[in-house]
Amino acid sequence: MKIHIPNSAFLGNIDPFLRSYNPSEPEILEITANEKWISVHPLVLSMIAARGLTLNPQNIRFEKLEAKSRHYLVRMGLFKLLGVESGIDVVEHEEAGRFIPLSLIKTSEDLSRFITEMIPLLHAGPEQAKTLGYIISELVRNVLEHAEAQNGAVLCAQYYQKSNSIRIGIADTGVGIRKTISRFHQAPTDLEAIRLALTPGITGTTSREGGTEQNAGAGLFFIKSIAAVNRDFFVLYSGSGFYKLLKKSSARRFSLKADPFKDRHSKSEDMPYWQGTLVGIDITLDETAEFTRLLDAIRETYSEAIQERLRASRKKPRFI
Amino acid sequence: MIEIHVLEKSGKFAENKDVSREIRIREIWPALERNEEVVLNFEGVEAATQSFIHALISDILRKQGDRALERMSFKSCNETVRKIIGIVVTYMQEGA
Repeated sequence: MKIHIPNSAFLGNIDPFLRSYNPSEPEILEITANEKWISVHPLVLSMIAARGLTLNPQNIRFEKLEAKSRHYLVRMGLFKLLGVESGIDVVEHEEAGRFIPLSLIKTSEDLSRFITEMIPLLHAGPEQAKTLGYIISELVRNVLEHAEAQNGAVLCAQYYQKSNSIRIGIADTGVGIRKTISRFHQAPTDLEAIRLALTPGITGTTSREGGTEQNAGAGLFFIKSIAAVNRDFFVLYSGSGFYKLLKKSSARRFSLKADPFKDRHSKSEDMPYWQGTLVGIDITLDETAEFTRLLDAIRETYSEAIQERLRASRKKPRFI
Repeated sequence: MIEIHVLEKSGKFAENKDVSREIRIREIWPALERNEEVVLNFEGVEAATQSFIHALISDILRKQGDRALERMSFKSCNETVRKIIGIVVTYMQEGA
């Protein structure tokens, strides 16, 4: 496998980076980087860490990093998590910033502890902390319950002062969305599986409306809705399917869509194959809509989606 | 009537579905089977995920329908918790 860390890879311009991922020779991971500067979304780090964790540290080859910003990878805990030497001298007493370093979550208890202890590190306001906790809880629980990932969920987050935003990346190397969704729904491609996973009321645990007693099939729809209402990026990548919710101008009235393909988005079904799932989301704090307002919109959209599916499933008169 | 203090089990941010499942199985169902009224007291719970609330009440709503809502009430919910409960109840009533 080969991953090249580019000069810049954030959700808005992450597509070329993901396209450059080379999944061949899965027993070795070679990591190279831009020589001058590295500035990347937490999703990039979570992705490298998740893939690296599937290997013995001896099979991870880091090219000597020359970029001035290489300390960032140390600070985010990439080398430590993978058990490899960074060869980078870290300057003591460096400004800590507001970030959550790469973390591994394998159990429900790990997750609850993580939410309690780590989210305060981002110093978000109470309303924003609520949103962040919500996002992390739902996304990581998805991994723990559906991904069958040996290493659980890998995640990290960073606050960016210039854009006043928090960016989160979560990665797993599990079975991927298509395998999970296909247990009860028709998903001929990874992209179609992503579409179904983002549709409210569709879960990989049953075909029944309303879900099972433990799963409703609403988690990803809620997360996409949070991004949509805040007019932020949201990326979901699994197998060879890729979906990106695009930013909307604040002049446009927000509306939620049950079908993710009706949102302003970009998509691809021929990406390099990622065994597992990657999720990236940006939350612009200035734009963070009141959570309760968002819930009103979710309720309405969810309800419409159910009604639409029920109408579609009803028997129609046969005219012969 | 039994009153279940959710905060004691879930903490301020109610997100652990294993916890809500335990409440449902060990406390809510047995009380309903004894024909007791159940009060879910959310005092001190600042937020809850849809997954938490779903795991807490959806099975009851599916099996008992609206009758469950006559015997189960939600106390001291802030606006967020109230709305999440509203969403779960709505989709269970409409779809299940």
